[in-house]
Amino acid sequence: MTHLSQGSHIGSILSVADIVAVLYAGIAHVNPDDPQWDGRDRIILSKGHAGAAIYAALAERGFFDVAELATHYADGSRLSGHVSHKGVPGVELSTGSLGHGLSVASGMAYAAKLDEKQHRVFAILGDGECDEGSVWEAALVASHYSLGNLVAIIDHNRMQSLDYCESTIALNPFADKRRAFGWNTIEVDGHDHGALQKALEGCHGSEKPTVVIAETIKGKGVSFMEQNILWHYRFPHEGEEYDNAVAELDAQRPAGVGRSGVYTR
Amino acid sequence: MRDRFVSTLMGLAAKDSNVHLITGDLGFGVLKPFWEQFPKQFTNAGIAEQNMTSFAAGMALEGKTVFTYSIGNFPTLRAIEQIRNDCAYHEANVKIVCVGGGFVYGALGMSHHATEDLAIMRALPNVTVVAPADADQAQLATEAIYAQPGTCYLRLGRGGEPKLHDLSGDFQIGKAVPVFEGADIALLFTGAIGDEVLEARTLLADQGIDAAVISFPTLKPLDIDAVVELAARFDIMASVEEHSVLGGLGGAIAEILAELPRPQARLVRIGLNDQYSSIVGTQKYLRGEYGMSARAIAERVGEALDG
Repeated sequence: MTHLSQGSHIGSILSVADIVAVLYAGIAHVNPDDPQWDGRDRIILSKGHAGAAIYAALAERGFFDVAELATHYADGSRLSGHVSHKGVPGVELSTGSLGHGLSVASGMAYAAKLDEKQHRVFAILGDGECDEGSVWEAALVASHYSLGNLVAIIDHNRMQSLDYCESTIALNPFADKRRAFGWNTIEVDGHDHGALQKALEGCHGSEKPTVVIAETIKGKGVSFMEQNILWHYRFPHEGEEYDNAVAELDAQRPAGVGRSGVYTR
Repeated sequence: MRDRFVSTLMGLAAKDSNVHLITGDLGFGVLKPFWEQFPKQFTNAGIAEQNMTSFAAGMALEGKTVFTYSIGNFPTLRAIEQIRNDCAYHEANVKIVCVGGGFVYGALGMSHHATEDLAIMRALPNVTVVAPADADQAQLATEAIYAQPGTCYLRLGRGGEPKLHDLSGDFQIGKAVPVFEGADIALLFTGAIGDEVLEARTLLADQGIDAAVISFPTLKPLDIDAVVELAARFDIMASVEEHSVLGGLGGAIAEILAELPRPQARLVRIGLNDQYSSIVGTQKYLRGEYGMSARAIAERVGEALDG
């Protein structure tokens, strides 16, 4: 998608891809035939710049045709760079400005709690995003109102726009801060599907809101993109760059999983 | 006006359990009747307006009609991007309520003077902007924004605004309300400054000038037909607002006049003249200092007639 669109943020998208896959593959209860089903779990991508990951997951789950993914970033497309709910079935919230998603998710979880509904609300945040003060406002409020039906997943790839998080505005001790805010705090390998599933299933029924700090690698799966801030901006160019990236990802494909249409040129 | 808003909202909350009031930790002595009677429909979001606003959007997307409550610039400017992205873009049923439009908290200083809120809120698509003139209009406005789906901004004064002449009739979002007929000039106002306007009308009458007075409780959508009709009927019209002359009622009227086929009425914009209010005092005092007292209104209009 980022190759066709010449779009940014491939590093962030690969970083969060496993988290998104685990959510949409089974943890979250969603229904492609009835995207607005009241009992669905809500998934909010607060780090909206990784919207391609959500679009891809929704298409793979049958919310819309996989072929449409090729229109990402294109003139007139509904699949904007930052994730958009307008006309896209399955997207709960348009984001793009950081620091909004956890607050909206908290409001959704609070409303569900008031109405004694059983679904959960998942919010996926970036770690750099946690520079935003509103993230911590939401962390206070969600804890105060014991929103056990709220799960924040932080894509903790330790990099942000210009540099490493620790060199930018230090977040550590990150998990301790979350614990101090009263959250059920779980640290997990964000590329280990089994560990993610266990964490996301295990927190069901928690009294406190849960934060899953998912240790990830920016650009995961493509050797020359991993841990390289350049790929927050650069898109995989035609030729060797794109071919090598796809070849590396293909090589990691589990047995029996076929290619989707969009990157079969 | 403030108390009437609360009593009206209590009536709505009694009928509709999806009505929810969130405060940004303000409303001491004002909201108490609400939280005592409707504890399950009331939430204190703390001193955190950005989160409060997005949180309200999240609740609204789940089917609630959420009123966020704070004073001055806090529910609007402090959370403007949350209003834009999370409320307005998602057409969320969030009603943003400000107590203390203009110089209500005059002695507290410029941080508490809401003097650009109307312009800023009016610039946002999908936001209805309402600024009632007195308690009766505040009640009708509260009921109207409750009934209207989507994001609304309700700008209130504080309390004790005098009851204006006959504003208790039919209230419709987007409709101006004629208060007094007049033959010579038209005074158009929005919000809680109607008492100055009516007093100015009396001062003008003493000089033999017969002023019509029209209340514009809805700033967006503005009653374009009313403006066009007044512009055709009068040579001079004045906009009066406890707000900057940029982008509020005066700005909105100027936009309409500029696009009319031929120049019609001349517009005198009365309000805060693109500056911050750096001195303090009572609301009445500051209106005088910044050129929107009854006397200042009468003088500006008189000059325009002479000019």
